[in-house]
Amino acid sequence: MTLLSIQDLRVAFRMGKVNGVAQRTEAVKGVTFDIQENTTVALVGESGSGKSVTAMSVLNLLPDNAERSGKILWQGKDLLRTPLHELQHLRGKDIACVFQDPMQSLNPVFTVGDQLCEPLIKHMRMGQRAALERAEQCLVEVGMPEPKRRLAAYPHELSGGQQQRVMIAMALACEPKLLIADEPTTALDVTIQRQILELIAEIQRKHRMSVLFISHDLGVVGEIADEVLVMRNGILREQGPVAEIFASPKDAYTQALLACRPSLDRHPVRLAVIDDHIAGRDARTDAKPKDPHAPVVLEVRGLSKSFWIKQGLFGRREFKAVSNVSFQLRRGHTLGVVGESGSGKTTMGLSLLRLHEVNTGPMSGEAIFGGKNLLTLSDSERQPMRRRIQVVFQNPYASLNPRFTIGQTLVEPMAIHGIGVDTNERENRARTLLEKVGLDGKAFGRYPHEFSGGQRQRIAIARALTLNPEVLVLDEAVSALDVSVQAQVLNLLRDLQDELGLAYIFISHDLAVVRFISDEVLVMKDGVVVEQASAAQILAAPREDYTRRLLAAVPRGYRPRGIAA
Amino acid sequence: MSAVLISPVAADGIEHSEGVWHAAWRRFKTDRIGLVSAAVVIAFLVLIALAALGLVAKNWQKEVGVPNAPPTFVGPQPPEAIGAIEVPKGPNVDLSAVDPLAPRYKEWEERAAKFKTEEVIKAETLPMGGDRFGRDVLAKAVKGTQISVFVGVMAAVVATLIGTLLGALSGFFGGKVGDFLEWLYNVFEAIPGILLIFAFAAVFGRGITTVVLILGLTGWSGLYRQVRSEFIKHRSREYVRSAEAIGASVWSRIFTHILPNVSHVVLVRMSLLVVGFIKAEVILSYLGLGVGVDDVSWGTMLAEAQSELILGHWWQLAAATVFMAAFVTAFSLMTDALRDALDPKLRGLE
Repeated sequence: MTLLSIQDLRVAFRMGKVNGVAQRTEAVKGVTFDIQENTTVALVGESGSGKSVTAMSVLNLLPDNAERSGKILWQGKDLLRTPLHELQHLRGKDIACVFQDPMQSLNPVFTVGDQLCEPLIKHMRMGQRAALERAEQCLVEVGMPEPKRRLAAYPHELSGGQQQRVMIAMALACEPKLLIADEPTTALDVTIQRQILELIAEIQRKHRMSVLFISHDLGVVGEIADEVLVMRNGILREQGPVAEIFASPKDAYTQALLACRPSLDRHPVRLAVIDDHIAGRDARTDAKPKDPHAPVVLEVRGLSKSFWIKQGLFGRREFKAVSNVSFQLRRGHTLGVVGESGSGKTTMGLSLLRLHEVNTGPMSGEAIFGGKNLLTLSDSERQPMRRRIQVVFQNPYASLNPRFTIGQTLVEPMAIHGIGVDTNERENRARTLLEKVGLDGKAFGRYPHEFSGGQRQRIAIARALTLNPEVLVLDEAVSALDVSVQAQVLNLLRDLQDELGLAYIFISHDLAVVRFISDEVLVMKDGVVVEQASAAQILAAPREDYTRRLLAAVPRGYRPRGIAA
Repeated sequence: MSAVLISPVAADGIEHSEGVWHAAWRRFKTDRIGLVSAAVVIAFLVLIALAALGLVAKNWQKEVGVPNAPPTFVGPQPPEAIGAIEVPKGPNVDLSAVDPLAPRYKEWEERAAKFKTEEVIKAETLPMGGDRFGRDVLAKAVKGTQISVFVGVMAAVVATLIGTLLGALSGFFGGKVGDFLEWLYNVFEAIPGILLIFAFAAVFGRGITTVVLILGLTGWSGLYRQVRSEFIKHRSREYVRSAEAIGASVWSRIFTHILPNVSHVVLVRMSLLVVGFIKAEVILSYLGLGVGVDDVSWGTMLAEAQSELILGHWWQLAAATVFMAAFVTAFSLMTDALRDALDPKLRGLE
């Protein structure tokens, strides 16, 4: 039986007036689909595809400037024409939501118990005591350790995975018929993601409810969904049973999405890019062979970094964020650093660049670069070193100064280090670099907010390249990007490495991406290197238990399930 | 996005697009209340400029009307009943016989005729009335506007400079520098504001410069606090880290990277300070601690109005109040519109 039927849904946002003309942006342009009882429907798309807007339209959880038209039939009743108080009765009771960032979705000033009881008291008209008992049951159901104690805990006392479990428990508390999960695992580590995915699948089977699962990651979707909807630019490109979508995708965009994601099983030289794939062009396959005896540019021995943590009124204790990391990096090679959040991988990268704030804690070990130890350089010695080791950060929206034009951003480092004779020469160089990273010279006079995430990351790479570095630290540099853009940036990094002989330290939580770009991989856990080997070796024959667990947790898309079940 | 974004192509073929301030101005233009209040503020500024150049209200100290001349639209004061002494009724008596000075009157008249004397006819009414010396209240209000707004703006500039500089240092460096500045801030915050102002006023004496300094030196703490928190937030942002990674110096990071990104906070806070300081100057002058006796400000006008009001002469109070209310309200509304236009968080919602 059809639970929810969306017919020709259109959502537009009023964007204020420009010169007296009202501006509207259509985010969803006529979407039609049904959700049957007891099924998991996945809505897949890149950012800006309108997938979240579609889902949030159901309960009208959109901002005030949204205008919806079409039909949203919930068991035959049109939710677009339902007054707010009736909708509020549905929200949380029949249709529940789980959002992306659990830390932001939970109210930090109420205990977990308070927040779990609220929908029960409101929708189920339970008493305080009964509600608490039910809340505890829910926590047991989502696999929370020590549920009784957790009821009195505040959200910040829980880990990210536990917080998401609480969110799911809240959603389940009133036994909804439909669960809308909006990127519920995107903010979580890969092993935690695996647990949450299994939890959602198990609960779906047990309660025979329906799930609308929104994700950008086809790998995740393939594991959980019965039916898949692929969206792009507000239009539904393809819909069908999961096996069909993965085995024989009909739409060119779906095919491209499947092809351009790096995977653990395939190992291409260049990734396919969506536009190329749609146009029928194949990815380049030429590559410069790696020279295993290339000179070592950076040698790190026993690198440790601690932070002071305040304890009591005046005391402090040492927290070891990174301990005893050693590696060699050769010219033109890439070292992948993999680990979950809190594993110390970013701290390690920042230590090499000496970008920690002063007096945060002691640092020890050696990082020999150009015959000098990076960790003990004085301020004046550090300045020339900055030229030779550069960094690209994760968030392309935060790493460019919003008040600088792209030109200013690129010219500044050259001016500081006296590269180029005058401003004219520097500007020409900046324009050449912009073209090298695939942007045209027109970008020069523009501001960062006029560019998309992928373009900004290219600009950040261009800025790092202005100084002709030998080593580039890429701290989750592609993690915030959409799949198609990610493929472009990864290809760009490959091209630059071939052309300029750059050595990369590639920090990421994403094993598939690390597998694609790295020659050697460090697996880190709690500040310690767990395993260190060549990329192929780690994938094929991981020695350590932790590496095996990490690998097992990576979503691998759809695999036929009929045989086992 | 419309035609505004199609920016002129420079000679070298590079497109220069709309900067942050341009975008803010574009947003500001759509705010009607903001535009009207900005127009009022600009009108005031023009008036102030004219007053400063001596083109209007130059002779505000001249006693042009009869004491306490009422406003023109009220009409002249009714003649006062002199009462008590009656005019004598008998015939005039020749006093020259008894007056020892009588022979010299003629000589004196001749001497007096050598000098030019002018009989000033004092106006019965003035456009907005006169004060107890017969000075034109309108001219006083215009001159007072010049002094009050000058004091407010200059004091805000002083306070903003101090607050921004200290806040930037405290927020960016933290540690010992931050601790010291926080301690200084706490000392200033611990003393009730008005008491602190009185203490400074008692030490420095009266005068415009003094008032500016007093208000500036006591009023920076709120801005300091806000700038500090913004710097703490921004110093660990990735764009600042990136600047450090390319080797940008500490000062470059503070002033060319972070400061422009928090400038909207500073600007808005400064406009709020202007309003606050204008009011503070009025209070100080009212209490006799403000501008000197030779100057006029809204505050001194209000102080004079206190004694006039008992006699029913309300016009000086009204004039000062109307001027002040109009300026302060317009300025506050303009500030509000400015904040809406400058806040980067609102970008994208337009």
